[in-house]
Amino acid sequence: MSRRNRTLWVVALVVALFIAGVASWYASSSPDGLEWAAEQAGFLDTAEDSAVAGSPLADYQLNGEDSRLSGGVAGVVGVIAVLGVAGSLTWALRRRGRDAVTHDAMTAKD
Amino acid sequence: MHVPDGFLDVQTSAATAAVAAGGVALALRGARRELDERTAPLAGLTAAFVFAVQMVNFPVGAGTSGHLMGGVLAAVLVGPWTAILCMTVVLMVQALLFADGGLTALGTNVTLLGLVAVAVGWAVFRLLAAVLPRSRGGVLAAAGMGAFVSVPVAALAFVGLFAVGGVADVPLGTVAMAMGGVHVLIGLGEAAITVAVAGAVLAVRPDLVYGARALRRAALLAERPASVPAGAQ
Repeated sequence: MSRRNRTLWVVALVVALFIAGVASWYASSSPDGLEWAAEQAGFLDTAEDSAVAGSPLADYQLNGEDSRLSGGVAGVVGVIAVLGVAGSLTWALRRRGRDAVTHDAMTAKD
Repeated sequence: MHVPDGFLDVQTSAATAAVAAGGVALALRGARRELDERTAPLAGLTAAFVFAVQMVNFPVGAGTSGHLMGGVLAAVLVGPWTAILCMTVVLMVQALLFADGGLTALGTNVTLLGLVAVAVGWAVFRLLAAVLPRSRGGVLAAAGMGAFVSVPVAALAFVGLFAVGGVADVPLGTVAMAMGGVHVLIGLGEAAITVAVAGAVLAVRPDLVYGARALRRAALLAERPASVPAGAQ
């Protein structure tokens, strides 16, 4: 892992954590496009609560607490969870060693 | 645009779950060709970044908001098959941990935000990238347009599903007008964020951007004649 790659990855992770942990507090709380359209068309009331609506992180809040800290913690947990699952999956699927070199040489040619 | 439980009937939800499962199975195969030791960590970070930015709803007009979907951004950064996997992980974590998007609607959401948005947006990107100049600006313009188009198309795909399996008996034209209209506006935000983020990564590490491979090839070809005399000295 080169230092240049590591710098980019650390910067990207810090930015993601900042957006989810801090900037998300300033998000618009108006209904999103689908909710708005469902209300306009008159079918919003057919929405049902998710089976996990009572989970400790539901609605991006810690135990339903509407505060800067609660939302920030939920966002940080989410970023780490997504990074863990997606990162493990993509790492497991990667081409390894010699394969990768051969492939890059081939794609550079065409 | 996360579809909650209840909007679509059981049969339609089951059908979209089957479509989503098939799409993800294909993506698991396709992503192997896109991922190597340099790009795999970037793919994980791209998913985490999309999750983070999706939390920040921006206002669109009076009393409505939208947020990034991120499928086209991910496709341009790490490749379309990997983007489908990124979107699937984001939607799963949102549905399971945060109750954002229904559990029975998970297949619907993967189909709309993963498969439809990525496929349509990537097709638009490829088409425009082929005709626009092979420059950073050309890549970004193609990415922005792909991102823009992906949002109303995903919204109209929902309307299609609603026509088949919507639980409520409401006029379809009203649903289509409302969904299409508001998501054209949200698509502008999608395009702006996609261009800003892809532009930032292109500025510092163009070599890592999947959608800019054609630029690298052009640069390699352009460099070659000059590098021969330099090496001979």
